Amino acid sequence: MPFIPHTPEDTSEMLARIGAESIEELFDEIPPELRASEISGLAPAMMRAEPEMAVARLMRERARADGEPLCFLGAGAYEHHIPAAVWQLATRGEFYSAYTPYQAEASQGTLQVLYEFQSMMTALTGLDASNASLYDGASALAEAVLMAVRANRKVKNARVLMPASVHPFYRQTVRSIVRHQGIELVEVPYDPTGGHTTIAALEQAAASAPCAALVVPQPNVFGVLEEVDSLTDWGHEHNALVIGLVNPVALALLSPPGDWGTQTGKTGGADIACGEGQPLGMPLASGGPYLGFLCCTQALVRQLPGRIAGRTLDLDGNPGFALTLQAREQHIRRSKATSNICTNQGLLVTAATIHLSLLGAEGLERVAAACHANTRTLTARLCEIPGVEPVFNRPVFHEQVVRLPRPTDGILKALAAENILGGFDLGRSYPELNGSLLVCATETRTASDIDHFRDALGRALSHASAN
Amino acid sequence: MSQVPTDRVYSDSHEWLLDNGDGTATVGISDHAQEALGDLVFVETPSIGDELSAKQACAVVESVKAASDIYSPISGEVVEVNELLVDNPELINGDAHGEGWIFRLTIADPTEIEALLDAEAYGELIAED
Repeated sequence: MPFIPHTPEDTSEMLARIGAESIEELFDEIPPELRASEISGLAPAMMRAEPEMAVARLMRERARADGEPLCFLGAGAYEHHIPAAVWQLATRGEFYSAYTPYQAEASQGTLQVLYEFQSMMTALTGLDASNASLYDGASALAEAVLMAVRANRKVKNARVLMPASVHPFYRQTVRSIVRHQGIELVEVPYDPTGGHTTIAALEQAAASAPCAALVVPQPNVFGVLEEVDSLTDWGHEHNALVIGLVNPVALALLSPPGDWGTQTGKTGGADIACGEGQPLGMPLASGGPYLGFLCCTQALVRQLPGRIAGRTLDLDGNPGFALTLQAREQHIRRSKATSNICTNQGLLVTAATIHLSLLGAEGLERVAAACHANTRTLTARLCEIPGVEPVFNRPVFHEQVVRLPRPTDGILKALAAENILGGFDLGRSYPELNGSLLVCATETRTASDIDHFRDALGRALSHASAN
Repeated sequence: MSQVPTDRVYSDSHEWLLDNGDGTATVGISDHAQEALGDLVFVETPSIGDELSAKQACAVVESVKAASDIYSPISGEVVEVNELLVDNPELINGDAHGEGWIFRLTIADPTEIEALLDAEAYGELIAED
């Protein structure tokens, strides 16, 4: 039995009914360059004869070309150990769906996973409520910005302080999403010595007009730890809502956004926290799919895009789970829905929830501590090479910026030839940091990996200077 | 059958407006509107000091099924909001024309009130629904 239910007769009957001569004619409004054509690397004859085998062979070849490089690249996506049970469980038939469970059809198991995920994220961030995820960290930040501007009743103008120490790709995404909603992103330059955001820089950026929100990355794109307490206090003193952009693994060691600031009660703590959930059980898979998380205080919960699953009791007193709040969703707001990202990453949430529950709070802390220790070792080893030195003088979590004595481009290529991903070339986004690399060592890097990197970098640099 | 008190005027977007006789007016949503929305779970009021123009969206009422904008029937500055609605949005379901009022504003231009519907005209409008 064919898997496609239409017989050729069905197809021609349907085409005749709508007055199209052929399938080609049916699709003729789609420009040819957008239509799937031959796959490069596959012989058309092979595709016709044994398409599955041909595609499988091509995929194997490309996977081999990727290899398994030794990764010292972070910059927003991190290689962590993922316990085998995570994906063994997440890909069980009960969970495995690319479909976002929406309302009544979501099973109790799925709803419970969302509830557990939300509980863990609120525990990690120290905030009251979490949604059930967004596309990725960058779009979560964009949603946080929209949310803060909507919610801030004290400052009506839609200006948001966006430190230059926020990942440049995140800033680009936020700009794309909010620029047509009348929101102005005010860039706050980083301190050239520490690589962090200073109060003086905030004062200057906000001098002309008050701002509705302040974004505080922790750690920032340079791996540097920001002075979150004073930044949060400054934000609140200036009536800005504070958005923490955080790495969930780092939160095992660092103070949660809900505790930021020295003030207590309603004025203390970040108002919103968001970030990328990839470090919680998602493999590095050429950039996705990832998941964004978004948490907030109770006061802002109705401004939170997405869904909230709650635990309740049925008429017989049995516990059950239900989608309880979805105040910004399309089916509630209709045409006035202000967030266009209303989908969540259900499967990845499942993986993250299993990952976190297998690790536990102590396990996550061990991972975070190992990352930090390895990065300190990495920086120390790399700086043994003459001419290599750290760029910033402030504490870091698991990434650090180092300056190389030679242009980074050639060096990264030389390292790649030795199957090493040597770091993120910061000059691509920060011209003043030309010649600097952002390097990262997670818990997966061993002492010998680090020594191997140092030796390879030493060789690449001496080779470059010889040329 | 929804109540349509005759002491006030109505907009075609189902807000009512009561002239307080002191240069201010009170605004709420009609009994018909609350019935159509169902159980309200949240009300977002405007802020005191907001300068509103006629037909400007200034508040939101949210039921379990939908969120709907509330439009100011006339222009003016918001001078008072019903704080009780924050914790008790169901006041609107129980008494839309009384305890469930939403905000008070100054009357910037009395001719705008004349342009609104009287109880009879509003009654006819909702009879068509």
